[in-house]
Amino acid sequence: MINFNYTIWILLLPFLMFLLLGLAGHKFFPKLSGLIGTCGLAIITVLSYIAAFKYFFSSEKIDGAYQKIIAFNFTWLQFTDKLHIDIGALLDPISVMMLVVITTVSFMVHIYSLGYMKDEKGFERFFSFLSLFSFSMLGLVLATNIFQMYIFWELVGVSSFLLIGFYYQKPSAVRASKKAFIVTRFADLGFLIGILILSFNTRTFDFITLTNPAGTAIAQGGGIAFLGLSVMTWSMIFVFMGGVGKSAMFPFHIWLPDAMEGPTPVSALIHAATMVVAGVYLVARMFPIYALSAPVALKVVAYVGAFSSLFAAVIACTQTDIKRVLAYSTMSQIGYMMLALGVSGYGGQEGLGYMASMFHLFTHAMFKALLFLGAGAIIHAVHSNYMTEMGGLRKYLPITHITFLIACLTIAGIPPLSGFFSKDEILAAAFHSNKILFAMEYAVAGLTAFYMFRLYFSVFWGKDINYHHTPHEAPMTMTIPLIILAIGCVITGFIPFNKLVTSDGRIFESEIELIIAIPSVLIGLLGIGIAYVMYRKESAIPDKLAATFKYSYKWAYNKFYIDELYLFVTKKIIFRYISEPVAWFDRHVVDATMNAIANVTQSVSFRIRGFQSGQLQKYAFVFITGAMMLAILFIYLWK
Amino acid sequence: MASIMFILFSAMIVIFSILTVTSRKILRAAVYLLFVLVSTSGLYFLLNYQFLAAVQLTLYAGGIVVLIIFSILLTSHISQKFESSGWKKNIFSAIAAFTGTILSVITILDYKFSATTVAAKEVNMRLIGKSLLSIDYDGYVLPFEVISVLLLAAMVAAIVVAKKGAPKTIGLPKLNQE
Amino acid sequence: MNSGIPIQYFLILAAVMFFTGVYGFLTRRNLITILMSVELILNSVNINFLTFNRYLYPHKLEGMFFSLFIIAVAASEAAVAIAIIINIYRRFTTINVEDVNEMKF
Repeated sequence: MINFNYTIWILLLPFLMFLLLGLAGHKFFPKLSGLIGTCGLAIITVLSYIAAFKYFFSSEKIDGAYQKIIAFNFTWLQFTDKLHIDIGALLDPISVMMLVVITTVSFMVHIYSLGYMKDEKGFERFFSFLSLFSFSMLGLVLATNIFQMYIFWELVGVSSFLLIGFYYQKPSAVRASKKAFIVTRFADLGFLIGILILSFNTRTFDFITLTNPAGTAIAQGGGIAFLGLSVMTWSMIFVFMGGVGKSAMFPFHIWLPDAMEGPTPVSALIHAATMVVAGVYLVARMFPIYALSAPVALKVVAYVGAFSSLFAAVIACTQTDIKRVLAYSTMSQIGYMMLALGVSGYGGQEGLGYMASMFHLFTHAMFKALLFLGAGAIIHAVHSNYMTEMGGLRKYLPITHITFLIACLTIAGIPPLSGFFSKDEILAAAFHSNKILFAMEYAVAGLTAFYMFRLYFSVFWGKDINYHHTPHEAPMTMTIPLIILAIGCVITGFIPFNKLVTSDGRIFESEIELIIAIPSVLIGLLGIGIAYVMYRKESAIPDKLAATFKYSYKWAYNKFYIDELYLFVTKKIIFRYISEPVAWFDRHVVDATMNAIANVTQSVSFRIRGFQSGQLQKYAFVFITGAMMLAILFIYLWK
Repeated sequence: MASIMFILFSAMIVIFSILTVTSRKILRAAVYLLFVLVSTSGLYFLLNYQFLAAVQLTLYAGGIVVLIIFSILLTSHISQKFESSGWKKNIFSAIAAFTGTILSVITILDYKFSATTVAAKEVNMRLIGKSLLSIDYDGYVLPFEVISVLLLAAMVAAIVVAKKGAPKTIGLPKLNQE
Repeated sequence: MNSGIPIQYFLILAAVMFFTGVYGFLTRRNLITILMSVELILNSVNINFLTFNRYLYPHKLEGMFFSLFIIAVAASEAAVAIAIIINIYRRFTTINVEDVNEMKF
């Protein structure tokens, strides 16, 4: 048994960094706090890599399957001897993989932020929040029981809130952070209900017990039925609701585009690579229950994922803010991951979707973070977010240009970059299960290539703009992470995920099916070609197309008016008919009762004051009367 | 004979006590009080407590009433007429007093007093003197001493309280430091 | 029994005197008249003690001595009370009991 006790430092160190930088950060030089945060992250990155190597290559496999190892576990809250909430670390293929992803991307973002956030006012605050986020996300993936995951889930939401609203003096940023927190909190209500239903029926919170394929938890699946669906299905659907909120799937996606108000490193870390995949991770973690006792819930997962990816891809084709395009692209790619999980089965070849989803999560983290950091470099150079004000930047930002191009090719699925491999596996899994979903995802692949290259060509080619001040290449602290991530994009495609991360821990053979691979590459190239024609040089084609499809364009540009719909429902219906009466009740009934009690007390005390009147004869009168009453009581009434 | 004396004395007591508490002129109230005290002393004679009757006459009628009259003269005019209190106070106090009287009378009449068969001890000066200073079971030397201390304290208190001028510091005078 | 007067007569007399004193205490406005009412009360108690001593315990002396001590205490209390009244008169120039009510809320 290998000792994995050092993994506790992977959790503790960012937490200590958060406390240190949060409480004492303003006493250090700004650069020192940044360096402290980055060093802390470097240490845990190394630790994660060590743990990953040890786990995948040296840990013992039972029955050819990777085992779930508890690195440490202690009881945090003990309610009764059966009901207790533990905090611990669970190591299994997906959690170790996530460790690697999170720490690597976080480390890159830390280095990047040293350059990007230089001379900003809240520099130390930023790094302490980044450490808090790293701690929360790591706690989420290492959770041994579902309640711990929920706790860290909420912590991640808090960190996201703090980081989106980092520029707290901007009203739009404050609004965006509130929106993110409220929407995800509402979704977490569903998550909590799911947790409660699940643990009430299975009598445990612990993941190993819950997801044991041969265990009683899963066998209980077909239990009590409610409205035609079994209890497990209901709880899994509710749990998925939490995932929908955190991963910005339709209909809880509204917070993600607005979350781009935060600084770009934040968008890279949280809203591209790590936090938004928490929903996918949740489904993956509970996958045995989904696959073996709640297949209806799994269908819901697949359809929601597919719809979200199509929805987001269409909107992304019309957006002009770079970061918003990337946000919708994130939503679309996560839809891919959800879809892959949704069409997957459990065990062996059936588990292709699971493996593909995890693989795509891994590669997506790399290239999406790279895209966002590159966008940050562009914004840093041009001081504007909008594509319409940029053009011809390839001359000024060479390194950014090359790395951004690599990332765009990856997301479009061009071999031999990593995106091709992971996307191809997903398309294969979809093809073998559900042809309709496959067709949707195929279309989305083409759209993805189109809008990404639309972005690329508009920014780096397109028209030549006279800039106020010449854009300069980003400093080295910002370009080194770009280069590292670009290298990652290139080589991670070759990691044999089918030997490492599978649905039941065992290896299975998979190969590239050319029937699926060739058409996917072709549609990618088609998308790139169309974008090339429309955007490489300044041309009138985009505007003519927009004018022809006026209504579709307007609807897509306005994000299908979902935000307006939500605002209508909350303001006109919920606020007016529910909140206002409740507020009236609170003010006029509850408060009035309290005030009445206080007034009664005051008037009673005013009356009682009269007893201390200072008048001798009044005192004597009371004395005499009292004595007589006592005399009557004790002489005549006392039997 | 005794009953006639009793009726006379008790009538005087009752009438004059009521007059004391209802008289509007204060000096008349003091004189009525004097009559009450003298009648009480007569009652003590009836009860065969001669010494106590004498003490009553000396102390109460001779001492306290004089004291009261002095203080009346010191603090108000003799013929000053005082308004009576409001009728509310009167009514409530009357009700309280009347209820108390009824209560006491009922209690007294209800109780069965058993006659005693022990022979009476004659109370003469010799016996009183001996008891006051004896330390036997029947002795009253302790209360005697305590009363003497009390009287001393009362004297000191009365002098101090009624003195004019600022209170002087108690303690040793300050030594001159040369 | 003392010449045939029932004990209850004495006791009732003492009770009437007591409650007359109480009425006077509660009603009168002058501090000195209040003091006089207190003397009435004390005297009624004296009569009670002596009556009980004579009728129920004629072989003992407690009642008489108690009355003696009550008279002594009443005298000293009256003296101190007069001293206080004089002080109040000096301060307030009135000895109306309703005007001397500083110890209130």
